[in-house]
This record gives sequence, C-alpha cells and structure tokens, in this order.
Amino acid sequence: MSSLQTPPLSAGQGAPESGAVRLVRILLPIIVLAAGIAIWELVVRVNDIPPYVLPGPAAVFETLVKDWPVLSQSLLVTLLTTLEGFVAAAFGGIALALLFNQSKWLEYSLFPYAVILQVTPVIAIAPLLLIYLPQQTAVIVCAWIVGFFPVLSNTTLGLNSVDRNLAGLFQLYGASRIQTLRYLKLPSALPFILGGLRIAGGLSLIGAVVAEIAAGSAGAGSGLAYRIAESGYRLNIARMFAALLLLSAAGIVIYVLLALTSHLVLRRWHESALGKDN
Amino acid sequence: MVEPEALSEVDTRTAGLAVSLRGVTKVYDGGVVALGPLDLDVRKGEFVSLLGPSGCGKSTALRLIAGLSAPTSGTVGVSKPTGQARPGHSIGFVFQEPTLMPWTSVRENVGLPLKLARAPAAEASARIGEALKQVGLTEFADAFPRQLSGGMKMRVSLARALVTDPDILLMDEPFAALDEITRFRLNNDLLSLWRNLRKTIIFVTHSVFESVYLSQRVIVMTARPGRLDAEFRIDTAEPRAEDFRTSADYAGYCRKVSNALAPSYPGQHGS
Repeated sequence: MSSLQTPPLSAGQGAPESGAVRLVRILLPIIVLAAGIAIWELVVRVNDIPPYVLPGPAAVFETLVKDWPVLSQSLLVTLLTTLEGFVAAAFGGIALALLFNQSKWLEYSLFPYAVILQVTPVIAIAPLLLIYLPQQTAVIVCAWIVGFFPVLSNTTLGLNSVDRNLAGLFQLYGASRIQTLRYLKLPSALPFILGGLRIAGGLSLIGAVVAEIAAGSAGAGSGLAYRIAESGYRLNIARMFAALLLLSAAGIVIYVLLALTSHLVLRRWHESALGKDN
Repeated sequence: MVEPEALSEVDTRTAGLAVSLRGVTKVYDGGVVALGPLDLDVRKGEFVSLLGPSGCGKSTALRLIAGLSAPTSGTVGVSKPTGQARPGHSIGFVFQEPTLMPWTSVRENVGLPLKLARAPAAEASARIGEALKQVGLTEFADAFPRQLSGGMKMRVSLARALVTDPDILLMDEPFAALDEITRFRLNNDLLSLWRNLRKTIIFVTHSVFESVYLSQRVIVMTARPGRLDAEFRIDTAEPRAEDFRTSADYAGYCRKVSNALAPSYPGQHGS
C-alpha cells in the first residue's frame, strides 16, 4: 500500500522496490515474446522460406483475421466440448470420491479401474470410443476420462485430510454422517477439490483435442483440432499455427478462470490464497 | 467408537458424583497398554487436574470419559445431564490445539455444537453471544481464526465448549502451547469462570505449577501404563488470585507434587 503513496523519488528502498520487481516480472516475458516473434519473422524473410513450409508470424496473424469466421466457429465447438467434459469430470470425480468416502467396499472395488482408466493413454482409447459412440458423445467422454481422475484423487485426499481433533469434536456432539460431510469434510476438502479442478480444466481441453484429432482423421468434425488436421492435409500451415494459437489461448483462459475462482473461494481463510503479510 | 448413550449406561449411583471410573484400562491395537487399571471419582463442581509425564495416558483417560473411545475393560460412568439435553452435550471438550474450523468465523465456530444439535437460530444466537461474553471475545465474533492470536484461539475453543452449557468440562493440556503470560491470564480467567459457573472440570496437564494453581485436587499418574500414583488436596483460601502464585503455601504444594512426580521420570517409558 505504501508503494502507492510514496512518490517515485524513494524508488531505491524497501517497499517500492517490490513494485519494480513486479514490473520486471511482467515486462521480461513480454520482451522475450517480442524478441521471439521478431527473430521468427526475420528468419522467414532472410531465408525466403515459402509459407507452405514455415509462415512468418505476420502471415499467421493475417490468416487468423481472414479465417476468423471459420476458426471462431471451431473454437466455439472445442470450448463447448471441453466445458461439457470438464463439468462431467467435476461432478463425476467429486461424486465418486464422496461415494468412496462413504463406503470402503465401493472404493476397494472400483478404485483400481479408475487408475487403469487414467494410466491408459486416451489417444489409444479414442478410436475405440469413436466406433461405439456417436462422435460428439465420444469426444466428450474422452475429455471426461482425462479430466475426472485428478478431481477424484484430489477430492479423496481432501476428504481424508480432515483434522483428527475436529472429527472427534463432531463425534462428541453426535453429528450425523450428512452433517459431518457438509460442515466438516467438504469444507476441509475444498482447497484440494479446487486444485483438482484446476488440473482437470487443462486436461479436459487436451482430451477434447485428442478425440477431435482421432475423429478428424475419420473425416468428420468441426473443432479446432479438426481444423489443424484438415489444414495439415492441405498444407495450409498458417492456419495450423493460427488454430494452435487459439488452443493455447483457450487453455490459458481456462487456467486463469479456474485459478481466479479458487482464489475468490479461498481468500478468506486458506494459506494458499492469503497474502504474505497475513 | 462408542454411542453417546453408552456413556451414561453405568450411571453414577452415588449422588454428587460427576464422573466415576472403575478399573478402566485401555489397550491399543498394537498391544500397548496405555492406561490403567484406573479408578477415579470426581465430584460435581470439582476442579481436578490429572498430572503426569507425557504418554502416561492422561489424554486417553479424558477421551474415554468423553466417549471418544471405548475402554478395553472397566466402566466409565458419567452423570446424566441436568436438563433435557442429549448425553453428549453434558460434556464440553477443549483440545490441546484450538481445533477451530479455519473456513468460518468465530461465531460459527462457537455455534457449531448448537448447529449440530439443530438448535433454533434465535436461541443459538443468544447462547453464542453469552459464551463469547464469558471468554471476553464479543468484539471478535466475525473474525476468522487466522486473525486471532494463540491465546484468543484458545478462548474461542473454550467458548465453544461452554456454549452447550455442559455440566462437565474436559480440558486436554489446553494452554500447553501458549506463552507464559497468556497462560497465566487464561488460568485466572478459567478459575473465575469455574467460580461463577460451578462446572466440573477435569484438567489434563504436565505442568506441576498449573495443576496446583488451578485445582482443588491434583492426581499424579505414573508413566505408561497410567495409574493413579498420588493425590493431593490443595486447600487454600478462596478465591485464589495472582498472589497465591507467589505464596509460600503454593511453593510448598508444588514441592510435594513435584516430589511425587519425580519417580516417573528417570525410567521414563515411551514418550
């Protein structure tokens, strides 16, 4: 706070310096990005590389603007798939963890299969799913498969990390199972659940892309990953880069949104969301 | 674990007893004998300290009385609550750590026992206010636990134990982690609470000075397995206050209790 009040005169000492450090932390990556783009453009121009081998950043940007109607449509499709997969993963993961927490038998019976589903590469499962399920469903199922495990394992960890004395207290006051779950276990597990969701967000995008690529080579689909595959066949490399750029941006936005949600939910009490001064 | 009903199953037939342990032992799964056999009677309204080396089963005894675990053998008798409250509610428990829910306010933390008992909101609110007043935290009702000092957190924990107006207060080394000045202040506050409310208090500590200062009766326990070793009645002019801490009487009692405790230490078992 003091850094806001003090004039730049005292920039050499104490608190104002952290402001300068923050500026550097924002500026440095931007400088690196600008330098990278400049070098890329320079290499393409100096060597006169044809755009079907490597388009320069200017050409990629131009394609992004020119093909926006097609690309934005595809972006929307991919985002929708990701969202559906993510929501399914969130609900599925949390619900399964709650079930496991209530019944050890269920956990012992099913947990190994959750692990198997997780360790089998989704790219290998996708073609099979595409045979047995309608394409749109198969894509969502792929997004779900990769997304649900981090939610499941994190929620399970959270539900098992309840303070032993607090659990004793609930027992002493005769809390019912539902009360213990609602007032003790779920709030205790919340930071873990949010951490799991943050991972699941990015993974759902990956799952959606993988499934689209698998489906795309079969000739149908309209998501961003399908655009990448299709543009590859047509040697429209600039459009591949443009679509890739949009996928990265989507991933970043998903991450930032989930991190922000986590911060807003936990800011009043959890260590991870508190400033250093508190 | 035990059902709350099992607690008062063995009712204290003798009038005036709040807690009665008969031949109670506790053997943990690994075969470690933690406690007993232990016989202990605590009268209603009495302030008793259980004093002993670490790992002598003091806390285990407290958890047995609270019904948080079941004895391996013997009987645990706890007097029935005077009101219509449920059995569990005749007991308040203060742990060694404040054991607060970090995600919610002081008010919600203190009100937890009432919420679990589904008490009406208006009644709960009044009782929370009363409990907070008793520990001097009225202004901090809306603070979060992380905003409070160690001593204040302990006060919240105490308010939560008092909010159901229990007959018996079980305290498991509640002030062990606090600095000395805070500890002395809380000692005094606890004494005046006890004088005003006349609860039965069973106080577990490993501090000779604390036990003598607070209690009417100090029970010294042996190292594992914990048994009753010696018992001292602290007879002094009431109400006790800070000057008791520096009196010759106090020093004398402390010396006697320390001497009784000493044999437990050279050949200490476990920790």
